[in-house]
Amino acid sequence: MQATSTLDHPEAPPATRSRSFKRAFADVREAWDHRELWGHLGWQDIKQRYRRSVIGPLWITISMGTTALALGLLYSVLFKTDVATFLPYVTVGFIVWNFIVGCVTEGTDVFIANEGLIKHLPAPITVHVMRMVWRQVLFFAHNLVVYVVVLAIFFTSLNHDYQISENGPVHPGLSWTIVLAIPGFMLLAVNAVWVSLLFGVISTRFRDIPPVVNSFINLVFFMTPIVWDAGVLQRVTGGDDDGGWRMLIAELNPVYHFVEVVRAPLLGHAVDWHHWAIVGAFTVGGWFAALVILRNYRARVSYWV
Amino acid sequence: MVSIDVWNASVDFPIFDAKSRSLKKLALGKVGGKIGSEGRVPIIEALHDITLSLKDGDRVGLVGHNGAGKSTLLRLLAGIYEPTRGNSRIIGKVAPVFDLGVGMDPEISGYENIMIRGLFLGMTRKEMEKRVDDIAEFTELGDYLQMPLRTYSTGMRVRLALGVVTSINPEILLLDEGIGAVDAAFMAKARDRLKDLVKRSGLLVFANHSDEFLIEFCDTAIWMDEGHVKMHGGLREVLTAYKGHDPFERISPELLARLGHSSPVLSGNGGE
Repeated sequence: MQATSTLDHPEAPPATRSRSFKRAFADVREAWDHRELWGHLGWQDIKQRYRRSVIGPLWITISMGTTALALGLLYSVLFKTDVATFLPYVTVGFIVWNFIVGCVTEGTDVFIANEGLIKHLPAPITVHVMRMVWRQVLFFAHNLVVYVVVLAIFFTSLNHDYQISENGPVHPGLSWTIVLAIPGFMLLAVNAVWVSLLFGVISTRFRDIPPVVNSFINLVFFMTPIVWDAGVLQRVTGGDDDGGWRMLIAELNPVYHFVEVVRAPLLGHAVDWHHWAIVGAFTVGGWFAALVILRNYRARVSYWV
Repeated sequence: MVSIDVWNASVDFPIFDAKSRSLKKLALGKVGGKIGSEGRVPIIEALHDITLSLKDGDRVGLVGHNGAGKSTLLRLLAGIYEPTRGNSRIIGKVAPVFDLGVGMDPEISGYENIMIRGLFLGMTRKEMEKRVDDIAEFTELGDYLQMPLRTYSTGMRVRLALGVVTSINPEILLLDEGIGAVDAAFMAKARDRLKDLVKRSGLLVFANHSDEFLIEFCDTAIWMDEGHVKMHGGLREVLTAYKGHDPFERISPELLARLGHSSPVLSGNGGE
């Protein structure tokens, strides 16, 4: 018995298809409109993690502080550098790295982890990404406390020109350029969004990606000048040239440039504009790739999770 | 203007982790969507060629066997699944109550959960703060709202979820089976509120197995079978065809009496 009367048939299908850039942009825009939602959820995640612990989110700061202290002391001895300039360097590098690694590893997992919400509540998928990035931003803010403390202790060694490693570049010392860290970090966060959109969607379809990313990210850590100074690459040549091909070890690593746009201003290093240019190029290219993925596979995510 | 239109929509799930070999046997089974195996990845055709048009004031009951596609259809109507083939257009603010466990964090308090659910349904924090007292009153949870959600019974969770969705003026309300877990007294209250909600120009789609619930809330019905809309029409006709008997003969006298004055729309029976 077919009772579907003619009355129930709508006239004509609309022209809007689910695979269009319009819908991809709409997803990102709506996610931005939902900022109260992911803002709240991001805070909730942090509070949740430290619920019933006595000092709560202060643990984030403490663990960063101890790690930075230990790494700074160890590597300043290993590289025979001055702890007063090297410890702040390692601290800031590690704080920025922590943000990057958090966004990348949790970014690959962002839709898989939110399977329940995606399948039960209609919301733009970018909301889940924004929540994750916002949570990482809050972690970063907690870790900045360590930076402030380190800065207070070693201020006198950083407020004039200094060298981190022998024969390395001379840094001009802290100045107004410190405010450049703000646009630097904003660029970093904007990039974090596309990275987790892109890798999040791909990882939801191909579940091998998260373990691959997790195992390679440690390698990236050692390849990136965080616990070692890029100036070391020049020193091995005895300072005769500007480092030659060895500099490529750092220069070809995109993470280095992202670290540098935030770290250099915070430490009073010379802000080299080629870092900004490369980060800018990555921002444009990455967002384009993410939007293409979003256009084609946004609607598939709820099927794949 | 609130409406949901669906044109020849199909929902196919790719199953990436299933061995197609063992699925051949499954395809002979009768429960669940049809399993296709063209291509490398086996596909479950959960919904097939659905064409629907729902509008303001519609109160649709959704019936069908387990695995007939009721929940999937609700998700299609919510916009969670966009059709793999065909088209859909949803106009209006959707409030789904599907799985009560999802979107609720067991470790945080009832109040916090109200807030988060409200935000997910598109409210602002301020709007929710205004409504919290109203929800607290409606759910009768009182001081329990300060307690973590894990201490709640199923019925209490249903109350919370219903309290949130009915307080926020959703334009499209989609309810899955789970909400049967509340007691009669609360249901009476929720009924008034839901009716009120539908009157305020909403659209309700309600999946349920209970005749009483369906008769109370719905006037039309959709019978889903193996991912198809087998029948779409007046509630009484569809239920009679689905259950093999006229459900109105078996309902309790009290319900009948209540319907007698509260829901004259039932006599129409043919949709509109």
